Amino acid sequence: MSDIPANLIPIPATQAAPSQRVRSYWGSVWNRLRYDYVTLFCLALIILIVLSAVFAPWLAPMDPDKSSMANRLRPIFHPKYFLGTDEQGRDLLSRMLYGGRVSLLMGIMPVVLATTIGGLFGVVAGYYGGKVNMVIMRTMDVFFAFPSVLLAVAISGSLGGGITNQMLTLTVVLIPPLCRVAETATSQVRTMDFVDAARASGASTASIISTHVLINILSPVLVYASTLVSVSIILASGLSFLGLGVSPPTADWGLMLSTLRQSIYVEPLVTAVPGVAILITSIAFNLVSDGLRQAMDVKA
Amino acid sequence: MWLYALRRLVLTLPILFGVTVICFALVQIAPGDPIQNLLSPTASQEDADRLRAAYGLDQPLPIQYFIWIAKVLRGDLGMSIANNAPVATEVFRAFGNTITIALISVALAFVLSMILGVIAAYRSGSIVDKLITAVAVFGISVPTFWLGVVLVIVFAVNMFWLPATGMGASGSETFNYFNWEDFKFAIMPIIALALPPLGIMTRTTRASLAEILNQDFVQTLRAKGLSETAVMFHAVRNIMPQAVAMLGLQLGYLIGGSVLVETVFTWPGTGFLLNKAILTRDIPLLQGTILVLATVFVLINLVVDLAQSVIDPRIKRA
Amino acid sequence: MTDLIDAIDASPDSRDRGGPAQPMLIVENIKKYFPIRAGLLNRQVAEVKAVDDISFYVLKGETLGIVGESGCGKSTLARLLMYLIDKDEGHLILDGDPVGEKLGVALDGLRRSLQMVFQDSYSSLNPRLPIEQSIAYGPKVQGASSKQAKEQARALLDKVGLKPDRFGQRYPHELSGGQKQRVNIARALALDPRLLILDEAVSALDKSVEAQVLNLLGDLKEQLNLTYIFISHDLHVVRYISDRVLVMYLGQVVEIGPVDKIYDAPKHPYTRALLECRLSMDPADRVEVAPLAGDPPNPVNPPSGCRFHTRCPHVEEVCMSKAPALGDVLRSTPDTHLAACHMVHAGSGHTKAPKPADAMMWANLGVTL
Repeated sequence: MSDIPANLIPIPATQAAPSQRVRSYWGSVWNRLRYDYVTLFCLALIILIVLSAVFAPWLAPMDPDKSSMANRLRPIFHPKYFLGTDEQGRDLLSRMLYGGRVSLLMGIMPVVLATTIGGLFGVVAGYYGGKVNMVIMRTMDVFFAFPSVLLAVAISGSLGGGITNQMLTLTVVLIPPLCRVAETATSQVRTMDFVDAARASGASTASIISTHVLINILSPVLVYASTLVSVSIILASGLSFLGLGVSPPTADWGLMLSTLRQSIYVEPLVTAVPGVAILITSIAFNLVSDGLRQAMDVKA
Repeated sequence: MWLYALRRLVLTLPILFGVTVICFALVQIAPGDPIQNLLSPTASQEDADRLRAAYGLDQPLPIQYFIWIAKVLRGDLGMSIANNAPVATEVFRAFGNTITIALISVALAFVLSMILGVIAAYRSGSIVDKLITAVAVFGISVPTFWLGVVLVIVFAVNMFWLPATGMGASGSETFNYFNWEDFKFAIMPIIALALPPLGIMTRTTRASLAEILNQDFVQTLRAKGLSETAVMFHAVRNIMPQAVAMLGLQLGYLIGGSVLVETVFTWPGTGFLLNKAILTRDIPLLQGTILVLATVFVLINLVVDLAQSVIDPRIKRA
Repeated sequence: MTDLIDAIDASPDSRDRGGPAQPMLIVENIKKYFPIRAGLLNRQVAEVKAVDDISFYVLKGETLGIVGESGCGKSTLARLLMYLIDKDEGHLILDGDPVGEKLGVALDGLRRSLQMVFQDSYSSLNPRLPIEQSIAYGPKVQGASSKQAKEQARALLDKVGLKPDRFGQRYPHELSGGQKQRVNIARALALDPRLLILDEAVSALDKSVEAQVLNLLGDLKEQLNLTYIFISHDLHVVRYISDRVLVMYLGQVVEIGPVDKIYDAPKHPYTRALLECRLSMDPADRVEVAPLAGDPPNPVNPPSGCRFHTRCPHVEEVCMSKAPALGDVLRSTPDTHLAACHMVHAGSGHTKAPKPADAMMWANLGVTL
C-alpha cells in the first residue's frame, strides 16, 4: 500500500497527562470571582439591599404611609426620623425600605421575563436561520428603531400607570436586545461542528437545543441580562418619576423623587435621598455584571 | 458606494413602516374609547355610531391604519386634545429646543470621552485609569433626572449660580444660545444630558483603544521607533469609525431620551411635550411626538451608517 | 490490491445486507449548488457549484482517499454524504439500499451506518460538556439508557487510547489536539457505524501526533471492520492510508483509481501538478518552479470546457470548448484508472490524445484507458 512503515511511531498504551484537578466551567468562573473584591463587595451590597426590601415590615421604624402634618419635611439625621420626612410628614427611612420592594421588583422581574421570552425567540431565530430568522429579527429591528427611554415612555404613556403596565412595558422594551444577544450567540454555536455531529447522530432539534445550544449561550445571555437589571431599575424609576408607575400612596424610589422635588427649596438634602438609593443599586448591579463578564470570559 | 447607500436606504423603508405600525398601535392599546371622550354624556348610541363613522373608526384596523398613514404623509399628525392645536406644529416647535441641547451635549460628551478614554488607555491600570473608569460607571449608572435634581440643589438652590428651570425670560421664540443670560438656562440640562453618553463613550473608547494597543501592528510601530504620541495617534485613527458610529447612536438616544431631563428643567422640548401628553393623557400628542422622534432616530442611524462606510476603508459594501 | 480483496473476503459482518461484492456506499450524480444573493432585492444572481455531478463508490473494507485544493468541494461532499446539508440532485445507495427514498433505508439507518470525524478540533466538541457526555450523547439519542451510554462511552475512550477514569470527566479545553481528535473518533464510533468519513481528520495535528492517530485509525479499521472515506489535502497521508484515490477539482472528479496507479502514473495534468508539489525527503530533489500557478478559478463562474484549462500547461482549443468526460465510474471495476482529460481520450481532438488505432489495440488487449 505504501512505502511508510506501518508502525513507525507506536501508539502509547495511554496518553501521558499531568494529573490535574478537573474543574467545570462554572467552577472556574467562581474561582475567578473569588478574588474579585469589587464584584464581591457589590454582590454583598445587592444582597443587603434585597434583604432590607424583603424584610422591610420588620426593619421599618414606622408605618411608611402614615402622614403627620406636624412633622413635614424634617431634615436628614433628625433624632426621630433618620432620613427625615417627606412633604406629608411620612418617615423617609421606612418609605425607602418599602420603596425598595417595588424598585427591585421592577429591576429584576422584567429582565427575567424578557430573558425568557427574548431568549426563546433569539434561539429559534439563530438556530433555524433563513426566513424564520428574518421575520423575528426584522421585527426586533423595528423596536430597535426606538431609543429605549422613548419606547418605554410610548408604551407606558399609552397604557397608563400602574405596576402591571409598568412591568409589561419594561419587558417589551428589554425583549429586543436580549433576543439579539441570544440570536448572535446561537447562530455562532450553530456553525460549530459539534452541532453537526449531534445532527449526524440523529438527534432531534429540541434535543440539540437543550443539550448543546442552551448550555453554550447561557453565559453571554446571563452576562448581558445582568447589565440590563440596572437599566431596568433606572427606566422604571424614570417612568415612576413621570407618574407612570405605582399609584401615589405606595412607596417607590422614582415616585418619591418626583414628589419630593416640589420641596427642593425647603429641604434639598432629603430630596436627594431616593436618588442616592437608585444610584447605589444601579452602580452595584453594573459592577457585578462587569465582574461576571470578566469572570466568564474563559477561553474554553 | 452609491449602490450601498441606495441599498441601505431601501432597507430603512421597512423599518420606518414598522415604526408607523407601532405608533399606530399606541392608540389601540390606550385604554378607553376615544369617541366616548368626545361625546357629551347624554349622547345617544346613534350619535356615537355617527361620530365613529365620521372618524373612520368603524373600519377594520388595516383600513384605519391606511387612513391614518395617508394623513401622516401629508404632515397631518392630528389635533392635540389638551389645547386643540395641530400636533405637528407643537412637535416641530419643540423639536428645535431638543435638538440644540442634544447636539451640544453629545459634542461635549464626545470630545471629553475621547480625551478621557485615551488617557485611561494610555495609563492603563493606574490610579488615573481607575478614576476615569469610576466616572464612566457613575455616568452609566446615574438616573439623569436625579442628577438634574442634584444639579439644581447645588447650583441653583445653594449657590444661586444658575437658574433652576425654564428657558428664561425671553422664552423659546427668542432664545439666543450666544447670549450668556439665555445660555445659563441651558447649562444644567446640557450637563445632565451629557453624563450618560460620556460614561458609555469613555468606556468604549478605553476598551477599544486597549484592544488596538495589544495588536501586533502597534508593536511594529514601536519597533520602528515611533514616539508613544504617534503610536496613540495611529491607534485613535483605528477606532474613529467605531467612535463616529457611537456618536450618532448617542445623539439619537439623547433626542429620544430627553423626556426626563427636560421634565426636571421644564425645558420646552419634545421630551417636555411628552411629559405634558402623559399628564393630560393626550394620546394624539403622545403618538405624534413619538412618531417624529423615532423617525429622526432611524434617519440618524442611516446617516451614521453611511458616514461610517465613507470613513472606514475596510467597509467596501457594494 | 490483494489486501483489498482480502478485506472484502473477510467480512463476516452481521450488519451486512448486500453481500461482500455490493459496495458499502454508491454515490450517484450528486450535486449541490449554493445560491449567491446580492443586489437591492437580494435576488439570486449566481450559484457556487460546490459539488457538481459527482459519482463514485466505496467498497466494503476499503479506504477511499479524496484529495484536492482547499475550496474544491471536499468538505461539502462530506456533509452531503452525511445529510448535513440537503443535496440538490443525486442518490446515495447504502449497502444496496437507496437512502431516504421509498423502500430504501431511512435516514436514521444512515445515521447509524455513516459517521463523520470533523477537522476542527476546536469546534467539534461541545466546550461545556465533559467528553464522556459528548460521546454518550449519540447512543442516548438513539435510545440507550444513560447508564448504557456511559459505559459505552468509557469503553470507547479506552479503545481510542484515553483512560476513561482519567479523561472521562475532562472538558475539551483540558485536552491536547491529538487527544481531542481521539475523542472525536470515539464519538463517531459510538453509534457503531460501518463507514467513517474522515474530513481532514488529522490535518491540524503535529506530524508525530498525526502518525499516532493514523495508526489508531488503522487498528480500529481492522478491529471494527470499518470502511473509510479519507478526505485530505495532504498527499503523503492519503497515499499512506488509501486503497483508492479520488482527485477533485472545482466540484468535479478529475481522476479516480487505485492509489499506486494514481501516484506512480497520474493521467490528469492537475494530479500530476499536485504530486509534483509534494515535498521530497531528498534535499537535492527540490521543487524549483511552482508546478501549479495561481489560485483555483472562481467556482461561481467555472471556466468553460475543461475546468482546469486556465492553469493547464497542455491546454488546446478543444479543452476550452468541450468538457472532458471521466467515464462511467459506477460501472467500472475497482482497479480501473479513469481521468477526465482530453489527452487520455482517443479521438478527443487533443494532439496528445492517443490515436484511435492505438486505443483499438489496447482495447483488444482488454485494457481501458
